Amino acid sequence: MADLALFGALARIGDDRLVLGHRTSEWCGHGPILEEDIALSNIALDLIGQANHVLTYAGATEGAGRDQDALAYFRDAADYRNALLCELPNGDFGVTIVRHFLYGVFSVLQWDALSKSTDETLAGIAAKSVKEARYHVRHAGEWVIRLGDGTAESHRRAQDAVDALWAYTGELFVQPADESALVAAGITADVSLLHATWQSQVASVLHRATLTVPASGWMQGGGRTGLHTEHLGHLLAEMQIVARSHPGAKW
Amino acid sequence: MTPPPVVAEDSMRLAEFEARIARDESIEPKDWMPERYRKQLVRMMSQHAHSEVVGMLPEGNWITRAPSLRRKMILIAKVQDEGGHGLYIYCGTETLGVDRHDLVQDLLDGKAKYSSIFNYPTLSWADIGTIGWLVDGAAIVNQTMLAKASYGPYARAMVRICKEENFHKRQGYEIMATLSGGTGAQRAMAQDALNRWWWPSLMMFGPHDADSPNSDELMRWGIKRKSNDELRQRYVNLTIAQAKAIDLTVPDPDLRYDEASGDWITGPIDWDEFWRVVKGNGPCNKERLAARQKAHADGAWVREAAMAYADKKASRTTEAA
Repeated sequence: MADLALFGALARIGDDRLVLGHRTSEWCGHGPILEEDIALSNIALDLIGQANHVLTYAGATEGAGRDQDALAYFRDAADYRNALLCELPNGDFGVTIVRHFLYGVFSVLQWDALSKSTDETLAGIAAKSVKEARYHVRHAGEWVIRLGDGTAESHRRAQDAVDALWAYTGELFVQPADESALVAAGITADVSLLHATWQSQVASVLHRATLTVPASGWMQGGGRTGLHTEHLGHLLAEMQIVARSHPGAKW
Repeated sequence: MTPPPVVAEDSMRLAEFEARIARDESIEPKDWMPERYRKQLVRMMSQHAHSEVVGMLPEGNWITRAPSLRRKMILIAKVQDEGGHGLYIYCGTETLGVDRHDLVQDLLDGKAKYSSIFNYPTLSWADIGTIGWLVDGAAIVNQTMLAKASYGPYARAMVRICKEENFHKRQGYEIMATLSGGTGAQRAMAQDALNRWWWPSLMMFGPHDADSPNSDELMRWGIKRKSNDELRQRYVNLTIAQAKAIDLTVPDPDLRYDEASGDWITGPIDWDEFWRVVKGNGPCNKERLAARQKAHADGAWVREAAMAYADKKASRTTEAA
């Protein structure tokens, strides 16, 4: 039976990982050291793998015959539901790492909450994904500390990255109104309840990295309802070009 | 060819070394070895490692455009494997007393070679299938032989790497089979990719035996067990059958089957093209090197930060003690 509320919630969860995984995969072959090429590729692979599971399930709940590839390759930007944080360009290694850290801490908290979902399929995906996300946070967190407490240049770049990305973190914790029935049924998690834990975990690592937590200010949003930055259209144009050039083809 | 400068080495030790090679014993890092053997291994292994790393670029070029999530994941995993192979073989060279950073610097300075195949462009999705099928297929033929190389660390690395390369080849061939059985446009894409990659893949085995300056020495010391031409023939025989099975045609009007030997005999390879690409004038030599140089330069501040942090941490630990 079609469940459009659940479909919408799953699109938010899956699109975050797909878009961030795609961005991360852009690093492949261009990392600062070979070990990081391998690590970033591995993280990209995990994220796209998570997206693959979630979007497969999303397609099934929608009941309109769309599989994960139809959702990934044949939706326009306005139908994507990822947070804006995930679609911003990679920037330098500092921006990439700080984003992974800020998003990763959220991701662990979200997967952990979803692993207790009353929806068995979602709980299963979450239980597997939370383990991967913990590694991602460990990797990114260690780099945040190295960069923040490394050289004057790396400190400046890391702080610039934190300052630039901060305005995109608020959206992660805005609980969409159309998911209230799902939250009440214990199917999805209320992300607003994760914010305080996120703040304290992030502040703790930034402090160790000798970085300053930005003052709270205006938070950008819109991704959860399909109002994106200019960047997502370009990302999707590249991602979807081959699939859309050959509609109906199998790969 | 100039005889190798082994005369200055201890002749007793050299005789013992060559006797060990003759008995098919594995040479290990702490064993005595002729300087020339060490140098040849460093040259060969570092070229191999560089090839893995540079090879990430042409395939990485299609990660962001892979046409399904499954294909995207497989391709990321594959390119990640190549990076892992590079790392693994660089570590192997360090058992011979060289520093990985010096080898990487040689690559960045344009002094080191890597497989010329990666100086060709990947122009369509079918190129990803073709690279897996042909380039990894050729690499497997070569590396299966190297898995029996006399130097233990290299041979063991090859055993492990070959297992992953077999998976890479299968995924490439599967892409090609799917495209060949797909729409007209997909089929044309597959044939076009095969047309462009076939001859360069034959060149991967290097010049004919008569024109291969290092081959004699490498074979004498058991680093290589088969000649370039023997390996190339094995690859051709395997690949022609595979092309037929998926209804694609290799672009060689002179290709013929020799009943007596059971070999597929190809037309002449364009060695002028081979040497032109080796010497730096392939379609992508400059781009590939520039991409490696840019990644290295852009990453300088990251590596400096990691070193600075490690130093700080070490001095804090010392102070605390």
